[in-house]
Formats: sequence, C-alpha cells, structure tokens
Amino acid sequence: MSDLLLWAKGPGFSIALFIFLAGTVLRLGEILWLRRKTDLAPAKGEVLGPVLRTIGHRFLPAPGMLRKSPVVHIGGWTFHVGLFVILFLFTPHIVLVQAFTGLSWPGLPHSLVHAVTLATMAAMVAVLAARISDPVKKLLSDVEDYLVWGLTFLPLLTGFLAVGRMGLAYDTLLALHILSVELLMVVFPFTKLMHALTWVLARGYTGAIAGRKGAHS
Amino acid sequence: MPADVTLAQVLEARGVSRRHFLGFCSTLAVGLGLAPGMAPRIAEALERARRPSVIWLSFQECTGCTESLTRADAPSLEELILSVISLDYHHTLQAASGHAAEEARHRAMRDNAGKYIVLVDGSVPLGNPGFSTIAGISNKDMLLETVRDAAAVVAVGSCAAYGGLPMAAPNPTGAVPISALVKNKPLINVPGCPPIPVVITGVLAHVLTFGSLPRLDEQLRPAAFYADTIHDRCYRRPFYDRGLFARSFDDEGARAGWCLFELGCKGPVTRNACATLKWNGGVSFPIQSGHPCLGCSQPQFWDAGDFYRPLSVPLAGNGTVAAAAVAGGVAAAAVGHQLAQRARHQADGDRQPVTVEDLEVKP
Amino acid sequence: MTTSFANGMAALIQQIDAPIASYLQSCVHCGLCAEACLFYTETGEAKYTPIHKVEPLKRLWKQEFTLFGRLLKALGVVKPLSDADLAEWEELVYDSCTLCGRCTMVCPVGNDITYMIRKLREGMVASGHAPDSMKTAARNALNGISPIGVGLVALKKQIEKQSKETGIPITLDQEGAEFLVVLSSMEIIGFPEILGALSKLFQRAGATWTIASDAYEGTNIGIQIGSRDVARALVQRVVTAAERLKVKTVIAPECGHAYQALRWEGPNLVGHPYSFKVIHIVELLDQWVREGRIRTKGKHQDRVSFHDPCQFSRRGGLDAPARRLLAGVAADIVEAPDAGAMSWCCGGGGGVSANHRAEDLRLKVFTAKKRQIDAVQPKQLVTACANCRNVMEEAIDHYEMTLPVLGLTELIAEYLEDDAP
Repeated sequence: MSDLLLWAKGPGFSIALFIFLAGTVLRLGEILWLRRKTDLAPAKGEVLGPVLRTIGHRFLPAPGMLRKSPVVHIGGWTFHVGLFVILFLFTPHIVLVQAFTGLSWPGLPHSLVHAVTLATMAAMVAVLAARISDPVKKLLSDVEDYLVWGLTFLPLLTGFLAVGRMGLAYDTLLALHILSVELLMVVFPFTKLMHALTWVLARGYTGAIAGRKGAHS
Repeated sequence: MPADVTLAQVLEARGVSRRHFLGFCSTLAVGLGLAPGMAPRIAEALERARRPSVIWLSFQECTGCTESLTRADAPSLEELILSVISLDYHHTLQAASGHAAEEARHRAMRDNAGKYIVLVDGSVPLGNPGFSTIAGISNKDMLLETVRDAAAVVAVGSCAAYGGLPMAAPNPTGAVPISALVKNKPLINVPGCPPIPVVITGVLAHVLTFGSLPRLDEQLRPAAFYADTIHDRCYRRPFYDRGLFARSFDDEGARAGWCLFELGCKGPVTRNACATLKWNGGVSFPIQSGHPCLGCSQPQFWDAGDFYRPLSVPLAGNGTVAAAAVAGGVAAAAVGHQLAQRARHQADGDRQPVTVEDLEVKP
Repeated sequence: MTTSFANGMAALIQQIDAPIASYLQSCVHCGLCAEACLFYTETGEAKYTPIHKVEPLKRLWKQEFTLFGRLLKALGVVKPLSDADLAEWEELVYDSCTLCGRCTMVCPVGNDITYMIRKLREGMVASGHAPDSMKTAARNALNGISPIGVGLVALKKQIEKQSKETGIPITLDQEGAEFLVVLSSMEIIGFPEILGALSKLFQRAGATWTIASDAYEGTNIGIQIGSRDVARALVQRVVTAAERLKVKTVIAPECGHAYQALRWEGPNLVGHPYSFKVIHIVELLDQWVREGRIRTKGKHQDRVSFHDPCQFSRRGGLDAPARRLLAGVAADIVEAPDAGAMSWCCGGGGGVSANHRAEDLRLKVFTAKKRQIDAVQPKQLVTACANCRNVMEEAIDHYEMTLPVLGLTELIAEYLEDDAP
C-alpha cells in the first residue's frame, strides 16, 4: 500500500471525519436551537399526517412541473438514486458501513454498479449543463454550487477509474478516490450539501405549519 | 562444493536427469515472462556457468526467507539453484561457525571481488548498533563492508526490501531497509513475507543467464513477478465482480470459495506472483486456502490497518475521533447558540415598532 | 421616525426561526420555484424566481445565525447585508409576490418560501423600504379603520340600503350577539349586496349577528406590508370589539388574507389566545348547510368555475367547504386545470393590489389565471374573496373578456329556500 493511500486511509480520514461530524452537529444544532415560537392560535387540523405526507410527497414532481423541467427532475432523480446505489449497494462501500455500524447487506454485481455509475455521471453532467444554460438557475448559482458539483463528481470519477484500473496505478487511483471523498466530507457541513440531512426538517416544518391550519402542503 | 566445478558436472554427480533440469529451466523462463524458447538458452548458460559466489547476510530477520527457499519435498528448484551457486556464507546453512564462518566470508569477498552476489535478508537497526550484531560487528558495518566489492545486491524478503516487521510501529530498533543504506550498487528488491521460492531463484537465474538485472519497477522489484496485483490474477475474481463475498471464515460463502474482500483481502493493492506461480511447488496460495491476502510484499503492510479490515475501510481509531467530533460540534453549536441568543436579545431591545409616522410618504 | 437599517436588521433577526434556518440551509438552487411563480412564467424574467426574492434573508441568517457565516463576515470574505441591498430588493419583495404559495407547493426540499417573504417584509418595512401606496394604505387603516378610506358613514349608508332591500335590519354593536362579522372595505363599496346576503342567511339560520362600528374591517394591510405592529393594531381592534360585545364567534369575511390575519396570525400578534372562535363565512355556511340549519332550493344553471383565492384555498384549506357549498347551488360546475391546491393567483393578493406601482405587472401576469379560465370557458366565475373579485374584474376588463365574477356567499343567499326549515 502506497504512502498516499495509507495517509488517505489513516490521518486523512480521521481529519475529514472529525470536521464532517463536528461540522454537521454544529450546523444541525444551529438550526434546531432556533426553535419556533409557540403558536397561540388553536389548531384546526392534525400535524403528524401532513408532516409525513409532505416528507414523502416531495420526492415526486409537483403537478405540471415534470413537463416544465424534465432535466432537473430526471437528471436529479438519476444522480440521487445512482449515488444511493453506488454508496449502499457496492460491496466495498457496504463493508465501510459495516465497519462503523455493524450492519451489512448483500451488494449488487459490479457490472451493474458500473452501469449505474456511468448513468450517474451522465446525469450530473446534464444537470450542470442545465444549471449553466437556464437563466433562472444561472442567476441563483454561485461559486458554492459549482464547487459542490465538482466535489460530488470527483469521487464518482475517481472511483470509476479506480475500479476500472484506468489511467494511473490502482494504489494511486484508490488514494485519490478516498481523498476526494474526504474533501467532500470536509465541505459538506458548510454548503448546501447539508440538504441531505435537513430535507426532512424543511419538508416537515412546512407540513406541520400547513397541517395545523388544515391547509395544503 | 568447489567453486570451479560446472553445474553440468554437479547435476551429473547428483543424479539429476537432464529432463528434470530442462524442466527447471522452462519453469524459470515462464516465471521470468520470457518466451518458452528461452529455456534452452537458460539451460546452456547455467550449465556452463562457473558457480558464482553468493554471500548471504542475515540481519533482523526471522529466517523465514531461507526456510522458504529451502523447503523442499522432492529434488526441487530451490535445491538446484543452490547447486548452481556457491553459497559461501549463510548462517543457517553453512557448516562453519564462529571465526571460521567470518573467515569464509572474507575469503569469498577477496577471491571473487567484483563478481560475487550479496543476498540480504532482514532489516538493519540504526537506532543502536547493539540491537543486532554478528561476531560483534553491527549489521550496518557488515552490510557496507560486504557490498563494497559486490557485483549486485538482492534484498530478499520484505524486511530487507522495506524494513518489514522490525520497522512496524513503533520501530523500536530504528530499522531501515537495505535500500536506505546501499547506494551506487545494482540493487534488486524481492519482497514478500517470505517471497515465493521460485521468485528468488528466478531472479538469480536471470542474473546468471544474462549477466544483468531483470527489468525492475520503481520499487526495484523484478517486473516479471511483481507487475500484477494478486487481485488481477486471482481465480476468485469472478466472484468479486459478481458481488459474492465470504462474510466470515466458515460461512457458506467461504465454503463456496467466494471472494475474500470482506475478510480483509489486500489483493487489490498487493503486487506479487502468488496468484499465478503459487506456493509449495504451485500447490496453493493463501486465498486458495481460504485466507485473505495479507499484502506481505507491499511496503509497511504491518501498519496498513489490520489484516481482517477490508481495503475500503479506513484505519482504526476513529471511534474516538467520532466521539470527539460530536462533542466538539455540540460545543460549537452551544457557542453559536449563545451568539444567536445574544443577537436576538439585542434585536428585541433595539427594534422600534413601526408607527404611523414611519408610514409617512414624502410627496 | 424610527425606520432605519438598524431597525430593519433587528426586525429580521427577530424573525429567524428553526423553519427558516432549515429552509435556507436546504435550498439547492434547483430553480423549480420559478416555474410555479406566475411572475416568472408570465414574464420570463429570472429575477422573479421566488427563492431569489428572499436572498437578503438568507444573507442575514448566514451572517447572524451561523458560526461559519460570522467567520466569513469577520474575515471580509462576504459583505454584510446593507441598506442598499434591502432597497434593491424592495420591488422583488412587494411588486412581484402575492404570497400566493405556489412556490411552496413545488419546492423539492419543502421550503415554505411564502413564509419567508412574509418575514422578510418585516425587515423591509422596519427599514423604510416598502411601496409608498402601501404605506399610505397602512396609515389610513391606522388612522381611520379602512385602508381605502371607507368610513363608518359609508358603511351605515350601505347597511341602510341593504336593510331596506331585504327588509331585515342589521344592528351595529349588539352586545351578546352570537356572531361578530367583519367585512372588507372592498365588499362594502364594491359588493354591498353581501350585507343583504348575510342578513338573509343569518336570519334563516336563526342566529344573531352584529357588526362593530369601530372594528368592521377584516383586511389587514399590516400583514400585507409586513409590519406586525400595524397588523397587531388592526387585529386588536377586532379583538377588543369582540370582547366588548361578548360574542362567541368572529366571522372572517370573503377575503383571503383577512382569514389568515384574524384566525392564524391574530392570537400571536396580540400575544394571547382569543376568548372567542374565528371562522370564515364560507366555513360557517358549509356548517349550517350540513347541519340543515339553512337549505337551498334550485340550482344556478349557468356554467361556473370556482376561483381559488390563494390564502383561502391553498394556504387556508377552505377549498373543500367552498366546493361543497357551490355544488349545492350550481348545476354546471367546471374545474379548471390546476384548480384547488395548485390554482393560479389572480395577481392581486399579498398587498399587490394596494401597490399602485405594481399595477402594470399585476395585469401582465393575469395571463396565468386567464389561461386557466380559458381552458374551461365558464360563463361566470365564483369566488370567496372580494379582493380577487375586484382584481379579476379589472383584469377581465383589461383583457376584454366577458366574465362576471360572483361571490359565493351571495350565490348561496340567492338560492336560499324561502320556506322556514
């Protein structure tokens, strides 16, 4: 095992893990600790149902929206599902989860993960193209959006190259892959990547606020 | 054996058939990645070679490399090479001891100056020369003295090539590999813990046949044996590709011979010939016997995380890191919360209600 | 004069809560909210993207409520929010947002952008950055009662006319009445028949009701301009009257935001729960119909379609009772595409109709609503918000359409069964 790989698996990971966990706890704490003012108006509807329903429903496109923004929806689903498959159904990653939690499950054949990785990378390129070309998304986008895209794409690319033994020595590719993941971990808490954890809160709050009124969400 | 006897004479004397000898040369040719047609050339060269002097230095080692080379069942390749060379100094194998042994070494160095090959196993302690001495001479001194007039140096085993077990954390003896001390001499690293016997003999045969070093990689390992990873040649690879893994040592997957990645196999990052040449005369190798590859021919394999930790899992100790991180995050959030509360209280004090006057519009 | 940037900042800081923090943290800049917003779809201007309208709120949250944001500000990597920023955003926050809530419905991470606009306005008005015409309306409401200057005299005149027509008296300030009805100024001058309709309905239901002479306005320019101080003052009038008159229930009028102001924001503005209930007139009528307290006879034959006022249907959940009532009195109802929770805004809510500066834009974006209507070609529209009625009548005129807009309460009253139940 090369020195770079050993560093990536050793101190590199420890540093990244520390920043990732500390940062995530900090950011979540900073949100939750703000709390909400008690609502003095009497509730009309119940809250739990709308909360759960909103959390679930927002995975699907809102009425009429798929036709208006097909790339965002299809590209977005593809790369999210793809990332999920790669992260949780590829055995070298499953053993990672097992090492930390003790939980494990069977993985998919590598040829399938290979295909999913290609689709995921293609989807990511598609949504980047959409971001650059659509005036709305271009207006909204800042350095952080492009940085996050790049840092999310890099592990996909390096992982793909590593498994395929393409370009550089395997040791080096594996080290670059692990380092790129560590980079992603380090920026995660301080960027919009936190949506991976806060989506439940946001959808939940909206469901709760509307549900209490008996309104739609 | 007298040094000026040829191999042909030796083999005849030992009753080894020519067929057996040619078979040995074919194996060597194939093992070296040469065309089968090279076998006769190897045979010819070896037969005629005057038996070169080989000095074997043993430092901080376990003698496993020697054991590997000499483990023999039948008239073996290893025995043959020992017939080809004149092993003039070897702690375990030589008959002489004490001053006589050291005298043998010096005589070999004198008589074959510029032509002898030095084989070294074991690492060299730099922390305190007293950690490992032979005849009162430190390993470092003996090494530098012996290689001075050598034609080539071969670091046999992971200890000599990379520092091996003695160099593993915390490296109490200050162990270093041979390459740290031998400069300006042709050096070949033959790592492995121990190396495959035929790899050792193959390297020697190449040197004897062609009078030059085999093609080496950037870690000075013969590319013929160390170019591929175990993973790339492993017969269990189809199971890896299909996602079929043994989960524990005696489970269904293990008994079915599935891939050992989850049990910590370091095959993907280990370069050696185990998966092709195998051990014990081609009988088996660790993975075939159901044990994950330890990565023993790679540098610092002792410190690369434990043997049963899968390759994709970071090294140990992160439980503490995680706990510290969560604690740190909570503390930081508390600080952030305090600052936020302070801002809120300040705002509560600062904010003036909007009044009718504030809604005046300038004409 | 207390409006100042510092005051605006203080107001904004007070508004940040956990939901807002979770929304701003979760936004991934996908831009889908723009596709739901009529101001974007009808103009194609990217600046009308809903989440873009709350950019100042995001910057404030980062710089005051996150350690990392504080650090970046301290290091000079990001510029702190400035008065110039708020000034620049005024048009986006007031002219191009009706608080309709369609953006909230489509956000994949579940952000309630409407909630954030409402809260951002608190900082805008506290720093003096609100449209002049809205400030004037707010001043009028504080000084008088009505934002559009509909005084008690005008109200009494309409009451007199309606009472004469129906033969049913309407008593002001009747202590002990079961219901206190609040109205919208728009109804009083634009659709005064509502008074007659209410008289008939209450009489048939056998319920006592009254109007307070010092608290007859249900609309709340404070909510629209985004000042909780103004909003509180306006709600307090109704609360004081309701307590003084010892009513059991206050009825919110055919209006969207009045319902939100009285029923939902009200207790939080005045700082305590009410001693009375608040329901929308449509809820009351639906209740009475279901209880059999009032009965309708006959059906309106013209093809009608219900226009969903945003604060009433999508953000109020009252589309169901409205449709139940309508189904009882209309024979031919067509539902436009997107009707109900995803219906398109008339363009005049959230204070936009009180914002004269935004008139051209408001008329321009009516094309979204127009498309909805054109798809089903009703003979008339029925709705439950006087502001929507007024805004749509103006737009219908502007687009040279022929399309009367009816009020639901009036329609029910029209088909009220003559015999006593």
